[in-house]
Amino acid sequence: MSDILEILLNANFWAAALRIATPLIFGVIGALVCERAGVLNLGIEGIFTAGAMAGWMAVWLGTGLWGGVLVAALAGGFFGLIHAILTVPLGLSQHVSGIGVTLFATSLSYFIYRTALPDVSSPPRIEAFKPLDIPGLSDLPFIGPALFQQTPLTFLALAIVAVTAFVLYRTPLGLAIRAVGDNPSAVESQGLSVYALRMGTVIAGSALMALGGAFLTMSAFDAFFFGMVNGRGWICIALTVFASWRPGKALIGALLFGAFDAFQVRLQTEVGSFIPGQVFLMMPYILSIAALILVARKADYPRALLVPYFRGQR
Amino acid sequence: MIRFEPREPSSLPRLILIPVAAAIVALALAAIPMLFAGLSVFNAYGLMLTGAFGSVFAFTEMLTRAAPLILTGLAAALAFRAKLWNIGAEGQLYAGALAAVAIGSGMIDAPSIVLIPLVVFCGALAGGVMMLGPTLLKTRLGVDEVVTTLLLNFIILLFVQMMLEGPMKDPMGMGWPQSEPMLDEAMLPKLMARMRIHGGLIIAFIAAIGIHILLKRTVWGFEIRAVGENANAARHAGIPVTATFIRVGLFSGALAGLAGVGEVAGLKGYLTADLSPGFGYSGIVVAMLAGLSPLGVVIAALFIASIFVGADSMSRATGVSNYLADLIVSMALICVLISGLFLRFKVRFVGAKSTEGVSK
Repeated sequence: MSDILEILLNANFWAAALRIATPLIFGVIGALVCERAGVLNLGIEGIFTAGAMAGWMAVWLGTGLWGGVLVAALAGGFFGLIHAILTVPLGLSQHVSGIGVTLFATSLSYFIYRTALPDVSSPPRIEAFKPLDIPGLSDLPFIGPALFQQTPLTFLALAIVAVTAFVLYRTPLGLAIRAVGDNPSAVESQGLSVYALRMGTVIAGSALMALGGAFLTMSAFDAFFFGMVNGRGWICIALTVFASWRPGKALIGALLFGAFDAFQVRLQTEVGSFIPGQVFLMMPYILSIAALILVARKADYPRALLVPYFRGQR
Repeated sequence: MIRFEPREPSSLPRLILIPVAAAIVALALAAIPMLFAGLSVFNAYGLMLTGAFGSVFAFTEMLTRAAPLILTGLAAALAFRAKLWNIGAEGQLYAGALAAVAIGSGMIDAPSIVLIPLVVFCGALAGGVMMLGPTLLKTRLGVDEVVTTLLLNFIILLFVQMMLEGPMKDPMGMGWPQSEPMLDEAMLPKLMARMRIHGGLIIAFIAAIGIHILLKRTVWGFEIRAVGENANAARHAGIPVTATFIRVGLFSGALAGLAGVGEVAGLKGYLTADLSPGFGYSGIVVAMLAGLSPLGVVIAALFIASIFVGADSMSRATGVSNYLADLIVSMALICVLISGLFLRFKVRFVGAKSTEGVSK
């Protein structure tokens, strides 16, 4: 028991929780805005991979770190555009199209990486983002190391939560996005284009997802590995339901998830000799399913989610 | 401006022509990454062709690769027919393989005539059981089965790794995480001397014909199609929707489990955690290329298998990454999705003026 308390009272634990949560924050917010506009984006797993690879490779080619972030977002937007075309004007199955985008983005990223670096045994490294030193805040006892010694991308993720919440609930654009996911023909009758709103939102959401991937190669690690995304995208889809499509709850969900994950990694060092390591590695996926079951009965899906809209047709 | 006009149910030639066109377009698009990798394109296509069809050995290798793809393709096709989105064939494949190894590597000592059917049945059962949870969560609580089946893939693979490093590890395996070898009596027969092609292909063919008959000729098949068309209407018509979903889930998981049985008991002879190079996910592409038709799945699986085997061989000859194969396969999925529109709609390109009256 005192071991558990010791873990929870350690600033490093909270710092790790926030670090683990960061890519999920990007991913959940990205998935959330797409779904708010009525489009399920299962391309997320592949878009994470593409963002991780594209961002890393741009930095490796010399664009600088923020250049890499931009390239990652553009890569995400590109795959978002493909998903948007397939699902919005063409009205194809969002499930199958999303899986298609994931397969395409993943295999394209792997192929480009392998072709650019044919025979490297250990992946080349870049100079990744360093933790920011914020005068005053970073030096606070406990709070400083726990919250304010993160890399810039973590703060960007937190800012994006606030911006998304503001746009969705306080601007006409946000109202239109939410309406297009609930009742698209009402939006059309207001003279707005359902297609433009849905496609734009999917592209923007996908760019956000790609930043989650970029965090992995440019902040959490400093290199690209095959299979490094490892289901994080799917976890984000589960967390979106858990967060009932609200940015604030999405942040809380991602942080809870990060805390659980950081906790079980630390617990592993305590009891690791009795329980195989794979049990701990399974925990994130089991937790995600548990989160889905927990909210299943009251999940309030956007009403037009998965429903394609065709102009002039009810 | 493009306009879609709904079309009457398509004719058979169109049903065949359109996925073939999509496959050809995907192959043609492969020229772009080939050029990017600095290959001479015609040479590369030639190498792929001979790699898949150039010799008896190449051809049997292609068929060997097609066996699991037919089964995972059927798993996806059957589930998608009922609009049950089972994306978990990869995990179900490993569950089937794990069960096959557990039964077939010495737990039971029996002649082939008993042991092989037992291994096949247990593998299928293990795959099917993996779908029970996601299906029940869908029907009882409305939990999206896409996410649960996807997440289960990771959980099952980790469970397999745990077993291979723990209780099921081969003590003679030089420390590698692999299972004990299957007994000779549990191995599916080879179909040709000195080739790797095995009885799993026969199982796959039988399964394709079986699912075809199930869908076309039985009450269950009618119910599956009705639920897929419109679950609410089916419920009003008195069709047991929940039972249908559970049946489809069990069958779909069992088909994927059989793919794992074939890989272990037909090809490898033991289980490792890298048994499948994504057969579960490629099965989705196979099913879509086949237009969810069980017999079409066989043809589509042969096509996808020849891309994988051909690209592998081309990759060995030129040193270009064999991720090219995955890339072509994923492009084939996107192409066939788009081409599906030509089945359901007449696509008219019309001038901007004439659309005014239609779109507003």
